[in-house]
Amino acid sequence: MGELNLAQLWSPIRLTIELAFITTILLLIVGTPIAWWLARSKARWKEAVATVVAMPLVLPPTVLGFYLLLMLGPNGPGGSIAGLYGARTLAFTFTGLVIGSVIYSMPFVVQPIRNAFEAFGDRPLEVAATLRASPWDTFWSVAVPLARPGFLTGAILGFAHTIGEFGVILMIGGNIPGQTKVLSVAIYDYVETQQWTEAHILSGGMVVFSFAVILATMMLGRRYGQSGR
Amino acid sequence: MRTRPSWLKMSLAGLASITVVAALSVSVRAAEVKVAVAANFTDAVKEIGALFDKATGHTAIFSFGPTGGLYNQITQAAPFEVFLSADQATPAKAITEGHAVQGTAFTYATGKLVLYSKADGLTLGEVALKEGKFTKIAIANPKTAPYGTAAVEVMQKIGVYEALKGKIVEGNNIAQTFQFVDTANAEVGFIAFAQVALKRGGSRWVVPANMHKTIAQDAVLLKTGANNEAAKAFIAFLKGPEARKIIEKYGYGFAD
Repeated sequence: MGELNLAQLWSPIRLTIELAFITTILLLIVGTPIAWWLARSKARWKEAVATVVAMPLVLPPTVLGFYLLLMLGPNGPGGSIAGLYGARTLAFTFTGLVIGSVIYSMPFVVQPIRNAFEAFGDRPLEVAATLRASPWDTFWSVAVPLARPGFLTGAILGFAHTIGEFGVILMIGGNIPGQTKVLSVAIYDYVETQQWTEAHILSGGMVVFSFAVILATMMLGRRYGQSGR
Repeated sequence: MRTRPSWLKMSLAGLASITVVAALSVSVRAAEVKVAVAANFTDAVKEIGALFDKATGHTAIFSFGPTGGLYNQITQAAPFEVFLSADQATPAKAITEGHAVQGTAFTYATGKLVLYSKADGLTLGEVALKEGKFTKIAIANPKTAPYGTAAVEVMQKIGVYEALKGKIVEGNNIAQTFQFVDTANAEVGFIAFAQVALKRGGSRWVVPANMHKTIAQDAVLLKTGANNEAAKAFIAFLKGPEARKIIEKYGYGFAD
């Protein structure tokens, strides 16, 4: 039994927060137009797109991990992208984890935002249009503020879900300290090597974190739910 | 519509009863044994298992994983009855911690380490490691997998460990490490020779055995299997000539 190495414990925590933060920002950027389109479009095939976005909810992480390992690798598109700057693969990199996480957590962000966009209906947008607001202006000064609870819920869930990601990262990460060894993988390592003190510290922290996150989303839901939309 | 001829019903019923009787008569003698197997031995043990089932009428059911992970499950009352570890330390620990039967541990195979690449025609060896003309080298997690520990020893012995540290990617076990190399995400990797012993193509360097501590792989009878005939039969079979032939075929050696 070695003594506790706090730096060793901190590194995966920091890495995981970074990953979740970047993933959440990207998801808000990518997910918002998708959610908007899904909410407003009259296209018949939009539910097919919605299904594709939602699929990570159902697919086992091993399926995503398997395909990602091939896609990110030297024989996939990821390898071509990596080739632009002289690397061979996006697997085993922080970038690779971000790509995986964005796909994996997409439904958790898109769904609440879409719901929020749908909830306020056509009326506010029509009113804005009669006041000669441009669509762009309408989107930013009417739709986004009205959909704020959806954005908040989406951001919290996307962040939290990325923090808890395990299977996909285990399969594409390569367990590199400071780059791909995230919290869940570090816990797995500690458990496998019977370092249960460290495992307890990190796991206990996760339990508290999850509690706080779910409580926060529930309270958000109540607050916005009662005050009307 | 006419009903179907009754001979069909009768023969179906007859068939069913024969099946039931056959199943019953087998279950009188035959038993099941659940075996936890270190990932590197996967291919070999499957072949041994098929022979074992045929020869004894018992059924061996295998679970594969990293040695450390399997042992954790054993400490938490996993239903395994025999444990085929990738090292000697873990079965020894299983005995001292009271999960395995004293005096049943034995070395069923000694592993060979190989530096492998999916690409054909490479010359792999000390020189290649020193030149380091690759961006990623895959090894199994040295903290949990004996093949990973051996890989680190080899790199240290050649004096390239510090230089290569930044290029190392770790598989959670030797099976995953092979995945990394097989998908060419890592150009090279230290894997178990057994994983590529029967494969053609690629490039390989079988690491001389004197460059790392012997990877002696021990098996042990777990207490859960102490009264299971099939478990004891499996261990006996593993020591026998048929199993040894297969173990050898996959490129393993023996302690004796």
